[in-house]
Amino acid sequence: MSVTVPLDHNAELRRAGAFAHGFFGQARFLARRYPLGAAGAIILIFFILCGIFAEWVAPMDPLTTNAKYSLAAPSARNWMGADMMGRDEFSRIVHGARISLMVAISATGLGAIFGVSIGLASGYIGGWFDLVFQRVVDVLQSLPLLVMALVITAALGPSLENTIIAIALPLIPSVSRVIRSNTLSLREMPFVEAAQAAGMSEWRIAIRHVLPNTLAPLIVLATAQLGSTILTEASLSFLGLGVPEPHPSWGRMLSESAAEYVRTAPWLVIFPGLAISLIVFGTNLLGDAMRDLLDPRQRS
Amino acid sequence: MDQQVNTQDVLKVNGLTTYFFTRRGVVKAVDDVSFTVRAGETLAIVGESGCGKSITALSLMRLIPSPPGRTIAGTVMLDGTDLLQLSEPKMRQMRGNKISMIFQEPMTALNPLLTIGRQVAETLILHQNMSRQAAQARAVEMLKFVKIPEAEQRAREYPHQLSGGMRQRAMIAMALACNPRVLICDEPTTALDVTIQAQILELIVELQRNFGTAVILITHDLGVVAETAHRVIVMYAGRKVEEASAEELFHRPLHPYMNGLLGSIPRVGLTKRATASEHVALQEIPGIVPALNDLPIGCAFAPRCPNAGDKCRAAIPPFEEKLPGHFAACWHSDVGAKVPT
Amino acid sequence: MSNPPPVIEVTDLKKHFPIRKGLLRRLVGHVHAVDGVSFSIGQAETIAVVGESGCGKSTVGRTILRLIQPTAGTIKVNGTDITTLSRHEMRPYRRQMQIVFQDPFASLNPRMRADDIVGEPLMVHGIANKKERAEQVAELFVRVGLRPQQARNFPHEFSGGQRQRISIARALALNPKFIVADEPVSALDVSIQAQVLNLMVRLQRSEGLSYLFISHNLAVVEHIAHRVAVMYLGRIVEFADTADLFANPQHPYTEALLAAIPVPDPAMKRTRHIMQGDVPSPINPPLGCHFHPRCPIATERCRVEVPLLKPGADGRMVACHLR
Repeated sequence: MSVTVPLDHNAELRRAGAFAHGFFGQARFLARRYPLGAAGAIILIFFILCGIFAEWVAPMDPLTTNAKYSLAAPSARNWMGADMMGRDEFSRIVHGARISLMVAISATGLGAIFGVSIGLASGYIGGWFDLVFQRVVDVLQSLPLLVMALVITAALGPSLENTIIAIALPLIPSVSRVIRSNTLSLREMPFVEAAQAAGMSEWRIAIRHVLPNTLAPLIVLATAQLGSTILTEASLSFLGLGVPEPHPSWGRMLSESAAEYVRTAPWLVIFPGLAISLIVFGTNLLGDAMRDLLDPRQRS
Repeated sequence: MDQQVNTQDVLKVNGLTTYFFTRRGVVKAVDDVSFTVRAGETLAIVGESGCGKSITALSLMRLIPSPPGRTIAGTVMLDGTDLLQLSEPKMRQMRGNKISMIFQEPMTALNPLLTIGRQVAETLILHQNMSRQAAQARAVEMLKFVKIPEAEQRAREYPHQLSGGMRQRAMIAMALACNPRVLICDEPTTALDVTIQAQILELIVELQRNFGTAVILITHDLGVVAETAHRVIVMYAGRKVEEASAEELFHRPLHPYMNGLLGSIPRVGLTKRATASEHVALQEIPGIVPALNDLPIGCAFAPRCPNAGDKCRAAIPPFEEKLPGHFAACWHSDVGAKVPT
Repeated sequence: MSNPPPVIEVTDLKKHFPIRKGLLRRLVGHVHAVDGVSFSIGQAETIAVVGESGCGKSTVGRTILRLIQPTAGTIKVNGTDITTLSRHEMRPYRRQMQIVFQDPFASLNPRMRADDIVGEPLMVHGIANKKERAEQVAELFVRVGLRPQQARNFPHEFSGGQRQRISIARALALNPKFIVADEPVSALDVSIQAQVLNLMVRLQRSEGLSYLFISHNLAVVEHIAHRVAVMYLGRIVEFADTADLFANPQHPYTEALLAAIPVPDPAMKRTRHIMQGDVPSPINPPLGCHFHPRCPIATERCRVEVPLLKPGADGRMVACHLR
């Protein structure tokens, strides 16, 4: 035989993941296959845990002021220093994770719900409904995400709920586009025709037969969008239109300190900035891996 | 037809073995397959989906996606050169030049952004160092060879402007442009209508006669095999189970799988019935093709075989010459072959 | 009832698809997918519709089921005209007619389990409570030759032939009288085709089912059909009893189709007459007889005058000026 024979079939198989059994086995296999995605997932899970257990993780109350420690440099007491009012920067960043992720996840969820409804209706009903809604979506999409969110919060006034709405609204177009195009191709599938032939209602067909088959691209899109919603929230808060006081928000923490203390107390700029970059980086890595995993067609 | 077959061996395949290493285990897609094709001969490889016939073809072309696929053993000698030993750039010079392939779906195999004439000419420029002008002229000539009407006009058209049959003709023109020694046709007519299928098969036979190309025809359609092949290999679950000349195989199938296949196809003119409402049931092969990652011990066909005994379930039967020029891998086939009724 | 109406009766069925172009979706023409087709199907009878791609055979099946709205003509089910029934009025008739598709992969919802797929029609029509439904589904599984233990599996866990059995079980769930089988075995392996065809014949005998069997494979059609309609570019060109059609084809197109089938017997390698040319586009079909550009015996009359499908001496129908 002239071709080298890999003697160890087991090694080849292990590489292909044949021995990955159970949840942890599968997870370990996927982590080895998509190391960057796994890193992203770890970063995201780390921040989520921080957010959920902020009370236990943070050494101090993020809102308690203490003039004695105003602008204190990083030390054993204040790991990341303290802000002008002497509030512990580390504790504020930990609590900020909660706000940041809550806003991002709710906004993505809200945007997905509306986007899916419009996309599904548009693709399934078609006709004038499709025409009208897709033009509305066109208009929405022609405006920059941030500018849209800015206008909305400016109109509604800054509050946690309004921030979520302001970030969710610009997500609707891209979600509805993806769902609509998926619906259009699914509508032609024989299993949908079979459902029609069995006398099922359009409603049932849309919910039971079309919608579940659009989930994979939806998850891919939602993960990919999570990073940008976090950024939008930070940007809005930076501009003073996002999450209002007293909630600690990374964006506002940056804006409060950027102008005045960047020279005197750079840790007030560095740490919130790092937190934002890290979480966005993590969600993007995860989003890319999700796309490779769930939607191989979109692989570039 | 046999007098056109000269005895020069063009392609000798020995012990070809291609495995896929996947999450579900080792998929033994092609396991120890050997055959020889002579100049001007048509060798058909038949079998059902998942029997390894297409992977055999892709292994010859060295087009197995890797990972997960790997050709782990064997030699593929084309005029004395082992294709499996060539470097990738050397292999690229062989593909489309000395060994060509046409596929089931010509639309996906043609570039939608280039004209038909341009695509045929590209192959010539690449492999034969022709000038663009000479290649274009030769391309039109090739399109005429494959009987595309108004070839000059068609050469300037794009794949989507042609019908399915015309596209397959264009593919054949492209594959034969460099006058290859071996042409592999992977289900060349499966996507086509019957009347067009007949045209394409006739074309392949005719071109082969003129060019002396060795043709490997991969198909699941026994009718196509019977009409075009000189010799036939039957594959089941990645292995060769029978090999014989077409006449011999169809009249005296030795392997119970081939026997079952011949009984299970409805044939025009052979369905006899007493009244209009009475159907003669087709012979069935019970069960399904085994998964290639979970093959039974012994003969892979044993679970579906009417004659299977303990020996069949214990050991893989050797592939041996049961009758002159007629090979089969079956523990029972020497008992006496049945002629299909 | 001495003379029951046919299970399905189709009269002068037409389906024209509009072709629209440009930004304003201007109407530029019509595809005459089905152009005046008439036939009827009796109880426990199989009518096959054969023809090449684009001849309109699949559209006929979908139009009868009102999955596509016909442009003209009438469809009667057991004597009742269903052509213009509303969605709601159609519901009771939906139970009587079902469909099985070609592609065993695309015809089952990948996100549903096999027993839910088969049981869903029962649920939608409010037949049987949950327990009865489970029993009926298990019984349907056995009837089509599936193991009830596999009921909770997803479609991708079945082989192609098994999926086609699930499709058939789903179609049978509502106890229909009539099934449109659109190339039901074309995507299956040869050894599996026989299993599915035999199953269909068995079911026809036990349940008295009528089939509209759409196929391009004449050998399969000869095996399963009682009568055969040959279609070419939206029209029936020949309609005859299966035995007559195969023994003595009348229309030149039927002859060409039969000549083109490869015979699985090397001893019968024929010096065959191969019809040249492609099927013309159904957007601008040739005038007169659609087949005349490929017809070996076409005359001047064929180029201008449409031949009508007229009954011949022995009750078979041929649309040809010369036969």
